[in-house]
Amino acid sequence: MTAEAAVFWLFAIVTVGSAAVVVLSRTLIYSAFALLFTFFGVAGLYVLLGADFLAATQLLIYVGGILVLLLFGVMLTHKIYDLDLRTETTQLASGLIVAAGLFVILAATAVRTQWMSVPRTPAPTTAEIGRLFLGRYLLPFEAASVLLLVALLGAAMIVRRRRDA
Amino acid sequence: MIGLPHYLVLAAALFSLGILGLLTRRNAVIVLMSIELILNAANVNLVAFSRYATGNMDGQLFGVFVIVVAAAEVAVGLAIVLTLYRLRRTPNLDEADILKG
Repeated sequence: MTAEAAVFWLFAIVTVGSAAVVVLSRTLIYSAFALLFTFFGVAGLYVLLGADFLAATQLLIYVGGILVLLLFGVMLTHKIYDLDLRTETTQLASGLIVAAGLFVILAATAVRTQWMSVPRTPAPTTAEIGRLFLGRYLLPFEAASVLLLVALLGAAMIVRRRRDA
Repeated sequence: MIGLPHYLVLAAALFSLGILGLLTRRNAVIVLMSIELILNAANVNLVAFSRYATGNMDGQLFGVFVIVVAAAEVAVGLAIVLTLYRLRRTPNLDEADILKG
């Protein structure tokens, strides 16, 4: 087994294992912290795939931003002193059947298909990504900034307390 | 030798776990976490294709856009969950049936 394979399997086990904890754990806080390891595992996979900028973005935005936001969600929708941080599941059997069937179909397709292969030699990506963002992908880049502004205003509008209510 | 199918199967596992969470959990915060799992699975696919199949950077750029949309989605989603909690005192989605006649 080469070093690349060993690292891949390590990150794969971390990612899928902690994702399973996120979904199946009965305690909300365990789910939130398992999600941290899933994000770290995915960032490691990005490094393995030669996407250094995306790996750093994953750590900054997912671990530093989205996860903290989700933890706020956990804290604000449950009383901390409440020992009963447990959550229930519904339709477990049918959900398992649908998810397992979906996985079998997707995995079979991924393994059986003859994929086109033009491997990219790993190289630093940040400069190239910056050039593409301000060149060929300028319009989506600007649209994304407007989207973020709208999401910011929308979130503030939704959660504010109305004075007349 | 690790190749494209390895990453695709891994992403399929991540995606299926996200779908399982969406279908079976009642807590709204866990449902948001499951959506993040699904978006991460899509991102792994995009980056893997960018590395092994297309030979250019388009997949990684798309991945950055997915992360941006995920950040916006979780902010608005959490705002809705908090408003729901303030209104109904519950984070469970199946008790949010105010629109039902």
